[in-house]
Amino acid sequence: MSVKEKTQPLLEVNNLKMHFPINKGIFSKQVGAVKAVDGVSFTVNKGETLGIVGESGCGKSTTARVIIRLLEATGGSVKLEGHELTNLNPKKMRELRKDIQMVFQDPFASLNPRWTVQRTLMEPMKVYGIGNKSERKRKVGELLNQVGLDESYAKRHAHEFSGGQRQRIGIARALVLNPKLIIADEPVSALDISVQSQVINLMQDMQQEYDLTYLFITHDLSVVEHIADKIAVMYLGKIVELADKEKIFDNPLHPYTEALISAAPEVNALEKKERIVLGGDVPSPANPPNGCPFHTRCHKAMDICKQEVPEFKEISDGQLTACHLY
Amino acid sequence: MKPKVLEVKNLRTTFRSNKKSFNAVDEISFHINEGETLGIVGESGCGKSVTSLSIMGLIKPPGEVNGDQVTFQDMDLLSLNKRKMRKIRGNQISMIFQEPMTSLNPVYRIGDQIGESIRIHEKVKGTKLKKRVVDLLKLVGIPRPEEIYANYPHQLSGGMSQRVMIAIAMACNPDLIIADEPTTALDVTIQAQILELMKSIQEERGMSIMLITHDLGVVSEVCDRMLVMYAGKIVESGIVEDVLKNPQHPYTKGLLDSLPKKGVDKERLNYIPGQVPSPLNWGVGCRFADRCSHAMVKCHEQIPSLIEIGNEQQAACWLVEEGGELDDVSKGKDTTSIRS
Repeated sequence: MSVKEKTQPLLEVNNLKMHFPINKGIFSKQVGAVKAVDGVSFTVNKGETLGIVGESGCGKSTTARVIIRLLEATGGSVKLEGHELTNLNPKKMRELRKDIQMVFQDPFASLNPRWTVQRTLMEPMKVYGIGNKSERKRKVGELLNQVGLDESYAKRHAHEFSGGQRQRIGIARALVLNPKLIIADEPVSALDISVQSQVINLMQDMQQEYDLTYLFITHDLSVVEHIADKIAVMYLGKIVELADKEKIFDNPLHPYTEALISAAPEVNALEKKERIVLGGDVPSPANPPNGCPFHTRCHKAMDICKQEVPEFKEISDGQLTACHLY
Repeated sequence: MKPKVLEVKNLRTTFRSNKKSFNAVDEISFHINEGETLGIVGESGCGKSVTSLSIMGLIKPPGEVNGDQVTFQDMDLLSLNKRKMRKIRGNQISMIFQEPMTSLNPVYRIGDQIGESIRIHEKVKGTKLKKRVVDLLKLVGIPRPEEIYANYPHQLSGGMSQRVMIAIAMACNPDLIIADEPTTALDVTIQAQILELMKSIQEERGMSIMLITHDLGVVSEVCDRMLVMYAGKIVESGIVEDVLKNPQHPYTKGLLDSLPKKGVDKERLNYIPGQVPSPLNWGVGCRFADRCSHAMVKCHEQIPSLIEIGNEQQAACWLVEEGGELDDVSKGKDTTSIRS
């Protein structure tokens, strides 16, 4: 892919917010909100892969769900090729959803156990009225071949497949409608190492073949380092650092990014690294700390961090972070 | 050489369904030295968890544990009756499970759950018991131990619950802890905390740990020796550094090659083609043969046994036996060519 093609933004997310209300009492009075996603902004260019990393509860999956409008955003905007998605009516949204598909984490739960693979893969085409029955069947065969499964598997049910094969089916289902953007929510977390690498290879092949753009959500840094071009690190509903992957790994600015990289256990134990072990747990998003959300666990926290929320700004060429150190 | 805490000889665990039966763990032998951490690595279904449950005597029918011997402190665990086994379990050998949230009983207070094994095994009661429990909570680094003592599991986070699980495992000062994927359900920063904690407790108390995991990174950071299991068999064992730097079995090498490497920008990942065979069609030969790029005719006909390579490293592979060289096992072929 040339550099030129990559500079076209496909997905623009601006100040996206998703607050879940907390209701109490018999009149369900709202007493607070879980700020699952709180002011997230990023752009994904065409043909690019943006990796979103973070620990459980940081809002990475919620971000994905809000983008595809499985959840209605509390505020902010999402644009796909310049078209605003958040205010579309359901009918129009349904049409646009053809361009955004999802691959889910759990290959055991995301396929209908009572449907054959063929039916699973034909359903999206049926919904959008693409082709007639024989054309659809042919497409199913083609797709199965492409994701490395035999055409004869079309008649089988989900339980007849292993985890890796199911995830291949999940990927095939996402490809049926020739989408522009694929949101993959932890697509390889449930798989064994040897199978995991097969699926990652497949996703990269498909990206090249169909010129796909990926939003790749994961908690596994080594996977994201392999597949992503840019990485956004999330903590407690906010992006704390966003940059090209080389910059994130070679020169992490935010203390949380630093800690996250150092915490990941490595096989290559040749050089024992100085590990930053963070104290404590992630605070509850219903009651986030004042100031910088990370200050309670930060090894570099200063007084200002407890009072003021740091601004998310560009520090050096294309590297953005929200930290008072800079 | 340090004395052995646990020695397993030809352990075999069989599961029977209607007509078929298979050995989930098939004649494996290994030992754990005093104060050592042994890592057992393998992919899902390789029998690593069944191994630990078999040692603990927790296999329920239709499962059946056979084998020559499981020696723990001069006792053969396989020949003990239920009552005697119960005296050892939770007292001298204890377990830490993968999912801290579901392993704790939701209707009992944290303090009671930790105190239970002390009460049963050591007949300690009242304020003495409470003091022991609070000390344990302190040992595992739980803040405000007096308060947490009276809390219920749902009030704790995943990392905290896993600390409680470790406290339960440590309650009677065991000689051996079997930890089955203790950090798999946790986030990386919390995982780092828990691994650090387990190491420091081990240094303080000197117990042995059998750590079951699928994460080679975890093994590399905390274990002394390791076993690699595949389809119910041990395929390689040795000192962690030796095995990871100089793997002898094609499966171990394939696993290591499949990991995304840091700093190496490669378009494609290496992988092991195919998938783990079902226990019902393991066949007569080496169980890895179908996925192995070095497979020879012999590999499909006869199962190799573990042979000593030197410096405690062993591998079960005909290639090793014949002195062959391992080159790149898993060259990235076209993905579309993988058929199962």
